Parts: sequence; structure tokens; C-alpha cells
Amino acid sequence: MIVRIMGEGQFQVSSSLLDELNVIDNRIVDYVAKENESDFKKYLGKLIAMIKENGKPLDDAEIVESDIIVPPADLTLGEATGIFKGEGLIED
Amino acid sequence: MGLLNRMGTVVKAKMNKLVDKMEDPRETLDYSYQKQLELLQNVKRGVAEVTTSKKRLELQKAKLNLNIDKLSGQARDAVKAGREDLARIALERKNGLMSQVQSLDQQIENLNKEQEKLQATERRLSAKVESFRTKKETIKAQYSAAEAQVKITESITGISEEMADVGLAVQRAEEKTEDMKARSAALDELLEAGTLEDFTGGDDDIEKELAKISATSNIESELESLKEEVGK
Repeated sequence: MIVRIMGEGQFQVSSSLLDELNVIDNRIVDYVAKENESDFKKYLGKLIAMIKENGKPLDDAEIVESDIIVPPADLTLGEATGIFKGEGLIED
Repeated sequence: MGLLNRMGTVVKAKMNKLVDKMEDPRETLDYSYQKQLELLQNVKRGVAEVTTSKKRLELQKAKLNLNIDKLSGQARDAVKAGREDLARIALERKNGLMSQVQSLDQQIENLNKEQEKLQATERRLSAKVESFRTKKETIKAQYSAAEAQVKITESITGISEEMADVGLAVQRAEEKTEDMKARSAALDELLEAGTLEDFTGGDDDIEKELAKISATSNIESELESLKEEVGK
């Protein structure tokens, strides 16, 4: 599957990683709900590191839609809360 | 629903806005290509902005370092002249400036990372835009209307996702440089207002005090030698 890390490009990652990513993703949801900024940042960093370690960067010239889109590593807790509320992150 | 799903929704919403402008599919290709070129220009401007901000901070750091060197020299001169009080003032000021330099170092490091990230973004987008251009010409020349529609949808969604991503990267870089600019302007103001005193320009109080000491000792020693001459 293709994973995009916002601001860092796309990676080809084995689908078998999906379960592990979901586990971390669920913890992140929990930390955002509890407004636990430090663990939120830690696990978002972990998620991104896991994708980079297990993935292969896609050729720059390749144009393909991603299966998963990961927010940028410097996403703040406030921005994450906004995303859950359905507020956009990207300006029009 | 996880953060990843939500993030996907956010990006897809942005992509749809870009894709919605599709009426005549072939025109869409050209329209999207125009937008990509504009975005590439934006990224280049972003890189230039970050570079300028970084240079400005480096200049401020150099200025502060000059002041630190000068204060060190003054402290040494003051100790030599037996004026511990003056030396203490000089060292206190030096300390204050050194913590400013440390915070500048951190900011310069952050801008450096931002610059590298944006340059990588530029490289990726640039390669994709070029590949899109080739694809666009092929689609226009070789495919029947029905096939073209599928190919166009594929490449437009792919490139629109990239554009949404790059758009966000540029937006975040801008926010960071704006923040940095404000802080750097504040530092300039402090330097100007004398709160952080710019010791490099003109005589300062420590300098004057030290000059007085050296003038006095020059006078004393000249007086001594005059006395010796006259005494002969």
C-alpha cells in the first residue's frame, strides 16, 4: 500500500504493517481525547518512524493516490483536535 | 475513526475542490498543470523566504558575538586595572548576550530543518510536475475520449493529493518564518533600545571608565618621568 507522510512524500509499505499502524493510531486518538500533548507527539513520531523504517520512498516522478495519509510530524495537539472536529488543516 | 482516516478526509476534501473544476477533461489537464506551475513557484518563494530569515538571524548572532568578545576584553582590562566592579558588570552583560545567542542557535537550527524539508518538497513536486506534463501530452495525443477520461481522473487525483500536501507544507513554512520574523524584529528593537546594548557602536560606560583609568595611569607615569628629569 502507498502511505503519504504529509510534507515528506510517499512510501511503499507492506499491507501487513496496517494492524500495527492501527494500534498506534488508536492510541493517538486516545491521547488527543485526553489532551495529553507529550504522548500524542511521541506516538505520532513513532507512527511516522515506523512507516519510514518499513517503507520504501516512492520515485519522485510517480503520480499515484495514497491509501493512507499521515499528518505532518509537527502537527500540534490543537490541530489534531481540529481535525477530529472536522475542521480543515489546509487553507483554501 | 482514527487520526489517519480523518487526515485522509481532510486531504480528500481539498483534492475534491481541485478536481471539481473538471468540466472538459482535456482542459482540466492544462488547468491543473498551470496550477502545479504556480504551486512550484510558491514553494520556491517559500525556500527563499526561509533562507532570508535564516541569514538575518545569523547576522544578528554575529553581531551579538562581536559584543560578547568585546565584553570579554573589557572584563580582562578591568581586572588588570583592579576594578572588579567593572569586570562584574561586563561579565553580567556578556552572560545575558550569551543566552540570546543560544536561543538564536536554536532558531537557526529550526529554520535549517525547515529549509531542507522545503527543498525536498520542491524536488519532489518538480519531478511530479514534469512527469505530469509528459503524461498529459500522451493522454491528449493517444487515447480515445473514454480511455482518456479514466487516465485523466487517475493522474489528476494523484497530482491533486501532492498539491494539497505541498500547499500545507508551504503554509506551515510561512507560519514559521512569520513567527521567526516577529521574534527577530523584537530582538532588533531590543538592540536598538539599548536593552541588550549594542556595545560595538561608540563608547559605552565600561569603555569610558577603562579609558579614564588608562588616561590616569598615563598621566601618572608621564608625571613621574617629568619629576625625574626636573629632579636631575
